[in-house]
Amino acid sequence: MSRPARVGLGAIVIGILALSAPLEAASPYRAPRTSWGDPLIQGVYTNNTNVPFERPPELGTKEVYTEAEYESRRNAPAVVETTTVVTDVHYQTSDFGLDPSQSVMVWNPRTSILDRPANGRMPPLRAEAQQRSDAARAAQQAHAFDSAQNRPLQERCLIWAHEGPPLRPVGYNSLVQIMQTRDYVVLMTEMIHDARVIPLSKTRPEFGELKRWQGNSWGRWEGETLVIETTGISDKVTPRGSSVPMGPEGKVIEKITPTGPNSIRYEFTVTDPSLWDEPWGGQFPMEISSDPLLEYACHEGNYGLPNTLRGAREDERAGGNRQ
Amino acid sequence: MTVLRTGSMYHKLLRTSVGTLVCIVLMSGAMLAAAASPRTASGKPDLSGIWQVLNEANWNLEPHVAAQGAVETLGAIGAVAPGIGVVKSGRIPYLPAALSQRNSNFLQRRTADPEAKCFMPGVPRATYLPYPFQIVQSDTDIMIVYQFAGAVRTIAMSNHKEAPADSWMGWSNGRWERNTLVVEVTGLNANWLDRSGNFATETRRVTERYTLMDANHISYEATIEDPAVFSEPWTMQMVLYRRMEPGARLMDFRCVEFAEELMYGDLRKQEGK
Repeated sequence: MSRPARVGLGAIVIGILALSAPLEAASPYRAPRTSWGDPLIQGVYTNNTNVPFERPPELGTKEVYTEAEYESRRNAPAVVETTTVVTDVHYQTSDFGLDPSQSVMVWNPRTSILDRPANGRMPPLRAEAQQRSDAARAAQQAHAFDSAQNRPLQERCLIWAHEGPPLRPVGYNSLVQIMQTRDYVVLMTEMIHDARVIPLSKTRPEFGELKRWQGNSWGRWEGETLVIETTGISDKVTPRGSSVPMGPEGKVIEKITPTGPNSIRYEFTVTDPSLWDEPWGGQFPMEISSDPLLEYACHEGNYGLPNTLRGAREDERAGGNRQ
Repeated sequence: MTVLRTGSMYHKLLRTSVGTLVCIVLMSGAMLAAAASPRTASGKPDLSGIWQVLNEANWNLEPHVAAQGAVETLGAIGAVAPGIGVVKSGRIPYLPAALSQRNSNFLQRRTADPEAKCFMPGVPRATYLPYPFQIVQSDTDIMIVYQFAGAVRTIAMSNHKEAPADSWMGWSNGRWERNTLVVEVTGLNANWLDRSGNFATETRRVTERYTLMDANHISYEATIEDPAVFSEPWTMQMVLYRRMEPGARLMDFRCVEFAEELMYGDLRKQEGK
């Protein structure tokens, strides 16, 4: 290999390492402290990202783009990842600020948010869980337009899937506010204004038998990293890739580590032996937002839900069938 | 006479002594209360904790006797609990047209009260709904998380800005005046103030005052200015009590699911169709 080629390759490698450093390296950054001595992570962050949740299958186990590939993607038009919203005429994304590229984006060269399993894709449900999930989905779809209570949770403004745990980027209204006290950390997602109040303690508090929409979370500091452990997520909530809830051993571990004056790394691991044979998880960066977090009054402005039901009733009157 | 004079002096001395003792006790009590009130590392009163009112303000801010509730089929469960009122001036100083609107609201309260629809309650109603709320007081800003409807707001203690848009919980700028947290709330949507139809519009400004009385009680005041509906500013006053049960924490009250039949029940699929 000629010297210029080696230098060029070296530059690319260094570039990739530099780009991925905030995500890949054990963070050498030591954050400022709160008045009681914990790493300071309080602020309003955005997790708007260019990275898809799952990796394109053709990339296999490739976790990070090369510098050239990454630059090429940065210059390409943004691709809107829609997991739940059907992109039709009602959602002219660019008209209403719903296009992620219209908001400040936290770029990084990873090929997917998921990094476990190694292929960056959701592991399959266990066979028995898949059967239960298929049955639950079929039952829901058979009466999908019968009433408000038959509609998906986020259409009803009860909870949105990206709120977690685990958190994940949602495409717009991507702000997350972190508040800190000696005894609590609050994670509040702009959409749909849900504040998860997390007690901090060395040992797990006694939560009793009651489940919660976002589970029972408790946190502890391990050096520079806030570790949050959540169990007891409500049976009304189903995790990604499943139409049935997590089992009694379901657990989500989140880790938040400051990586610079204005950035944090968010990592997560989901475990549930009733649904998956192996844990799955991933990571993404968040950066301090210059935009203020505003109130996302989902339910108060929910015209979509009654209009959907109204449409179904009109179809019935017209003799149609929206099954 | 000597005896009488001596007796008079004795009683005067006794009264003076008792008075002095009372003063000492009261001052000591106040000092003890102040000393017992928690402080943050920066020396500010520490309002952190889970709080709740013990009053009937959400039924009606004004003085009211017990009454039949809006849903008679609920029997005594739905009856209006009596309350001595929390308005310092006794009655809310409505302009005539606004008073008519309040009375009209009352007649439609079963379906028109935003609480029934699980809408975010705004300020100050969020404070005296019969649900707890948690004050999260950081080194800088303060967040209040309400159990009802998952409402939440952040009180900016510095870098104050104008409300960027109207919202249900408004825009809160806070400051300390000695030992009192004073919060100016603007940018609030029009909303009801209680289950009796008392209301304010989107032009209102609310000034809240939170003062620790001791470790477990907060004196809460809210002054509402809204020239669209009130002839003058008026103030409500109440006590917030700390929830002290072991393991006390906010629970979920995502009340949307309890409001859906009220709001969308007429759109439910009918049998046979």
